[in-house]
Amino acid sequence: MSKYLLDKFLYTVDRDPELVERYRDDPAGTLDWWEQEMANAVLNCHPAERSTWLAFTDEERQAIRGHDHVALFQLGAHPFLTLTLFIAMFERDHGPLEYQLAYARAMEHIQLPYPDIAT
Amino acid sequence: MATVAAVIASTHHPFYYRASTSTGADRPPFADEWVAKIEAFRATLTRAEPDVLLMVGSDHFHQLWLDNMPQFLVGKAPFFDANWYNEEREFGLPRMLLPGQEDLAAHILRDGLDAGFDLAFSNELRIDHSVTCPIITLRPQADLPIVPVYTNIFAPPMPRPSRFVQLGRALRQLVESWPADKRVAIIGTGHLSLELGGPRQFGEHGPDPEFDRKAVAWIANGDIDGALAEVTLDSLHAPGNATHGFMDFMLMMGVAGDGAKADHVDTLDLFHTMEAYFTWYPEGALR
Repeated sequence: MSKYLLDKFLYTVDRDPELVERYRDDPAGTLDWWEQEMANAVLNCHPAERSTWLAFTDEERQAIRGHDHVALFQLGAHPFLTLTLFIAMFERDHGPLEYQLAYARAMEHIQLPYPDIAT
Repeated sequence: MATVAAVIASTHHPFYYRASTSTGADRPPFADEWVAKIEAFRATLTRAEPDVLLMVGSDHFHQLWLDNMPQFLVGKAPFFDANWYNEEREFGLPRMLLPGQEDLAAHILRDGLDAGFDLAFSNELRIDHSVTCPIITLRPQADLPIVPVYTNIFAPPMPRPSRFVQLGRALRQLVESWPADKRVAIIGTGHLSLELGGPRQFGEHGPDPEFDRKAVAWIANGDIDGALAEVTLDSLHAPGNATHGFMDFMLMMGVAGDGAKADHVDTLDLFHTMEAYFTWYPEGALR
């Protein structure tokens, strides 16, 4: 489990308009590039000062590739990050609040307690 | 010494700006009632004639991130740029620039550290809608200097509710001991029950109206003991997965004081979450 890295993916994509579009259009390619180039970047440090140990599990890669917000929730990704990014990518294809309500309906089977989001 | 001119606690709803400025078919049916309530709320701050605003809010993973996460942070800078690309994108919030009150920030940091709060600080802080929403609702001219105080209600592990209350009490004392002939309004925003990114989001009401009813009563009556008896880090998951933002209301109850009944109380039952507005005037504060 690498909840921190899931959150780092969502966080770095959500804050960058170009990456939001890239992830919407090409989730598999964006994931491969991101894990190679960005996963070990220490944010706010010089690019040469990289970490050496951060990688996704196959289950996490599948959730990201699949734009699967339910799987991301169940893996413990921070729900605010997932929601914000997915609204940015997909709200445009729906009427007012339609996407947010469909997003919730897809999670109706999930009961309390929700997965732990502590990193 | 400075005077606490008003204590104000509010929800921060990022949809207000767009709802209140939209016209014609884009204007939601609840907008007029919402604007009327906000204008009444705004009048409670205007009446206090503040010179400076101490603003308590919480960064929503904008500048503060999991590689370096402070629990409580004071912004000390001459200016604060405000609002972020993803807030423009989702909520239509405008970019803003607010002046800072650096000497009050320095006083809060020095005396707060000495009082046992290991406050982090930032000399270059871009603030987000937890601070700009109350500027938009309460002081839309955005003309007063601010000191932002960020709390972590977002990324576990978080401080417990009692610590938020303690910090609120301390902030009240720190403002009252600031050696400046200024009137300071202490404004903080949080949430009632709220679900974000989970199955209970965007319902017809907030996810837990019963929690909201109790929470409004605790705040309006200054019932800190009642709130602390029921609210824990674990219990806050039940009303909605983003309800830890209620701890900022508990901080503001600490600012207002034990048993302090609010002078202005209002609520608005909206889809997704309930709005709630509270103003206290400390004794002798009004001119």
